[in-house]
Amino acid sequence: MIFSDHLLTFITFLPTAGALLLLLVGGRDEAANNLARYIALGVTLLTAALSLWLWYLFDPSNTGFQFVENYAWIGESIGYRMGVDGISVLFIPLTAVLMPAVILSSFGSITKRVKEYLIVFLVLETFMIGAFATLDLAMFYVFFEGTLIPMFLIIGIWGGARRIQATYKFFFYSFTGTVLMLIAIMAMYWQAGTLDIVKLLTFKFPPEVQTWLWIGFFASFAVKMPMWPFHRWLPEAHVEAPTGGSVILAAILLKLGGYGFIRFSISMFPDASHQFANFVFVLSIAAIIITSLVALVQTDIKKLIAYSSVAHMGFVTMGIFTGNIYGIHGAIFQMISHGIVSAALFFCVGVVYDRMHTREISAYGGLVTPMPRYAVVFMVFTMANVGLPGTSGFVGEFLTMLAAFQANTWVAFFAAFGVILSAAYALWLYRRVIFGAFTKESLKGILDLDRREAIVLVPLVLLTILFGFYPAPILDATAASVNLVAENFANAIGAAPAAVAAATGH
Amino acid sequence: MIQAIVFFPLVGALIAGLLGRIIGHRTSEYITTGLLIGAALLSWIVFAQYWFAPPAAEGAHGAEHAATKVEVMRWIVSGALDLRWVLRVDTLTAVMLVVVTTVSSLVHLYSIGYMADDPHRSRFFAYLSLFTFAMLMLVTADNFLQMFFGWEGVGLASYLLIGFWYTRPSANAAAMKAFVVNRVGDFGFALGIFAAFVVLGHLDFDGAFHAVEANKDLTFRFLSWDLHAMTVVCLLLFMGAMGKSAQFLLHTWLPDAMEGPTPVSALIHAATMVTAGVFMVARFSPLFEASELAMTVVMLVGALTAFFAATVGLVQNDIKRVIAYSTCSQLGYMFVALGAGVYSVGIFHLFTHAFFKALLFLGAGSVIHAMHHEQDMRNMGGLRHKIKWTYYLMIVGTLALTGVGIPGTWLGFAGFFSKDGIIEVAYAAGQSTGYIAFWALVIAAMFTSFYSWRLIHLTFHGKPRGQHHGHGAHAAHDDHAHADHAHDDHAHDDHAHDDHGHHGSAYDNAHESPAVMMVPLFVLAAGAILAGVVFNDLFFGHAEHIEHFFQGSLVVSEELLEAAHGVPIWVKWSATIAMVLGFAAAYQMYIRDPAAPKRLAHANPGLYLFLLNKWYFDELYDRIFVKPALWLGNALWKGFDDMLIDKTITEGLGNRVRDITGKVVKLQSGYLYHYAFAMLIGIAALLTWAIAAGGLLG
Repeated sequence: MIFSDHLLTFITFLPTAGALLLLLVGGRDEAANNLARYIALGVTLLTAALSLWLWYLFDPSNTGFQFVENYAWIGESIGYRMGVDGISVLFIPLTAVLMPAVILSSFGSITKRVKEYLIVFLVLETFMIGAFATLDLAMFYVFFEGTLIPMFLIIGIWGGARRIQATYKFFFYSFTGTVLMLIAIMAMYWQAGTLDIVKLLTFKFPPEVQTWLWIGFFASFAVKMPMWPFHRWLPEAHVEAPTGGSVILAAILLKLGGYGFIRFSISMFPDASHQFANFVFVLSIAAIIITSLVALVQTDIKKLIAYSSVAHMGFVTMGIFTGNIYGIHGAIFQMISHGIVSAALFFCVGVVYDRMHTREISAYGGLVTPMPRYAVVFMVFTMANVGLPGTSGFVGEFLTMLAAFQANTWVAFFAAFGVILSAAYALWLYRRVIFGAFTKESLKGILDLDRREAIVLVPLVLLTILFGFYPAPILDATAASVNLVAENFANAIGAAPAAVAAATGH
Repeated sequence: MIQAIVFFPLVGALIAGLLGRIIGHRTSEYITTGLLIGAALLSWIVFAQYWFAPPAAEGAHGAEHAATKVEVMRWIVSGALDLRWVLRVDTLTAVMLVVVTTVSSLVHLYSIGYMADDPHRSRFFAYLSLFTFAMLMLVTADNFLQMFFGWEGVGLASYLLIGFWYTRPSANAAAMKAFVVNRVGDFGFALGIFAAFVVLGHLDFDGAFHAVEANKDLTFRFLSWDLHAMTVVCLLLFMGAMGKSAQFLLHTWLPDAMEGPTPVSALIHAATMVTAGVFMVARFSPLFEASELAMTVVMLVGALTAFFAATVGLVQNDIKRVIAYSTCSQLGYMFVALGAGVYSVGIFHLFTHAFFKALLFLGAGSVIHAMHHEQDMRNMGGLRHKIKWTYYLMIVGTLALTGVGIPGTWLGFAGFFSKDGIIEVAYAAGQSTGYIAFWALVIAAMFTSFYSWRLIHLTFHGKPRGQHHGHGAHAAHDDHAHADHAHDDHAHDDHAHDDHGHHGSAYDNAHESPAVMMVPLFVLAAGAILAGVVFNDLFFGHAEHIEHFFQGSLVVSEELLEAAHGVPIWVKWSATIAMVLGFAAAYQMYIRDPAAPKRLAHANPGLYLFLLNKWYFDELYDRIFVKPALWLGNALWKGFDDMLIDKTITEGLGNRVRDITGKVVKLQSGYLYHYAFAMLIGIAALLTWAIAAGGLLG
């Protein structure tokens, strides 16, 4: 048995092993809590290291699945199947690298039921990585649905005052979506006779069946993204979730939706995707413009960032359903970038929340005076959120809008309003929280970033700027698979490459 | 060498920004300023290579031969898109390099004196250097996207510098306004880039410019209409230029940007960043040549801005705002030249304007410094006795701005050559648009002369009108005072260094600025005097000289230049006559009969308020954009999200479910375990099904 052949299994289940280890930690005193914290940190760091090794070993020129493990499990139809290609590979390091930061950030802020908190997060990590790494549809469903449970507990137990309503909404939306997906999965099995994703990718579903399957998957992924108007659970969930929960929710869980759209909707139901493309464009634009306007008037910092997440995910869905290389490439990049930036923004909110225990924008002001380092870090992520070139936020927006322009100029035209609106809400937030005179009595004595917070945030600053100037590590790793997906999509719908089709001589 | 020019400021910015607290303010200032001066000297060496290029190079025609390119690293590579970080140097870039690094190094030097008392000096110098880096990336860009990077980068630096005194609400508002209004322009710029890529198939300049020939008659479906492709591309790109260069409709941020420290106004909002739009159109001259309509639009927008901004400048009372509107107006001149198709003259005016406008701003800064951060000209007067050198230097700047010189000879200040050149070009462009632009510019020239001399008279001549100065205080407030309620509160350039506690008036305590501030003024004054006469031949001489100088880095039309040189003699004199009229009016109203302005304002209150309030653009935009956006946001949030989706559908549905199931199971119990349990059941159901299905079918 060669270790690297089973790398995906190790990465996926190492956090669960860590969770089991934590069960052995007895006692409720501070020493036991600290032991649990350091075990969790160690496990997540090891997982992160393995995931980076995976990225390193991944061969970007190979369009097929790599690190494949395939064992029969239940009959022939359901197997233990793992493997990654350019579409999925980067989500694993994204998840695994953010987890230590999440664990570390909880050190100061979570003091009740510490062990349980850490166990839940480790289990969640297994589900998330599993969802990206599996090549079996049934397993995908289990992992995908499985993420709900820990997230649900995180909000419900460690959440804020209105956590019950938030969990209800979270559950209601997600469950409704996944039930429809489950039905679609069953239908696929009856059609294709297998749940092996590799085989399903080459199976041609009849167009009229595709339509129904597409709708089933759409229900689930649209809620997960979330797309407008299925987004209402997100602001609530974010507001009530503890910092770590918000970070994982925004950075990783939302990406399951985007990943699903690329892996299943575009790749397996190309005709239906083509048929529904305009519908998705309309919802994407609505997400970009409407939620940006809503973000503009928010009074709660977390809600504002949550709404801005919905707007940014609008660029992702828009890019994916153009079906061309730039769109899908840009969507993946945007998801990775948003994973970093939104995580960082929620960490930033967590920093001031831990100090002041309020998320009201009006409670802050002039923080640059007592917290200059925080102001710099927050500025970098604000600019990345705005999509300033030189930050990672720009590349994805640029590519997806370029793709949209080729597909339909109206779409790009409306999406470009996001460029203006994002600047308006993000800078206004910054102005109200960071700038201004430092006069509020309640804020007196507030401290700048401490060492632990800096260890969490500074690497994210560096990554944001690195990928802004040099996005090649992400774009290169995904290029071959993206080209394949786009090519298959174009072949399936029988269209010429969009670049040529858009311009017509006379 | 080009790497050194571009990256010296970045190195300076990083050192001052990250290590400023460790190495101290003084060291940060010396390092950033030293690196900038180094970059400036290297830029002049680069420029000299083009200036004194041997005629042999003429054989090699076309852009690609003249441009030196240095690849730094890859950027965005996806599909057919291959964008790299490349530093491109050709004549157009070299001119901009000289302008940017020269003014920037002088502003750095000046700031050592001007900002001497500010507690955040190293941050200030880090921003200045960061700005310079972004601007250099903009002018050395070799593809659309890198230009966009520089474009947004200077926007960021501008945002940070306008809001430098972050405790002031007005500064924060102005910073945000500048960024957001620029983003409106960028909306067009971004779409223009997409359109250029779709139409031309390339985003690198050489590739795109080559593709123009084959696509110049292409029609292209934009939104729901089939339009001339190059026109769409150019107009969208021009929207970006309008934002950055504060052209009519997107100009509102520039006057507010004066909230920043004065050296910032000189560097960013006069000499360099705001000229990026002019540079952009010149850089894209091969594209604009393919669209007559776009050229006409450029010209008319320029003419309208030149006229509009000059009218507003007539009545402003804040010394910096007068110069800001003047900048806006002069940028309009540049666009007229571009729109007329004589790009070299537009760049010429950009070049000369950088010197004399930076001189005027830094001179104004010297006045403000001397007056202990008083900016309202109504509280000045008589300063020529107190700050003699600043006075003389401001006079030089004014002479250059108003374009003093004798037509037909080589005698004249910098602005004389470039501005008269533009006016002649506009006339020569002919057709109705050319004549409209011509007359707009001549009238604007008269206004320019008027407000420039008004500024000099109010500031330096007459009697002091300082607030603590006995009877002078009331006179100052009565003048134009009836409009004060409508006028925004003049933010005074006060920061940590606040000398208002002094006894006696600002006038009594007025003092000449230190040498470190005066030296840059003298250098700029030399430029304001000589830049025109020395470089006239390269930018507005014989067509072959211009062509030889620019080596294909922008389009040069022999025909249009011939026409411009051959305009009737009265056209050549028109700007000079307008200038003299403006001077005479200012002399009459502010020296001979100081009560005249008040009388005139009282006689035409509507017009006066209209001008004083800048044609009410801020109020208009607030009503039609800002307020509706906020209202809509609230309505969508409270109405759609909360009421319809949340209360009605989600919770309503939940309630129905509860009603139905309530009697059987208390599902809606609110206990987490129940939900978790339900989910587990779901997964168990799936597994059961899977096992069953697998067993049956597998």
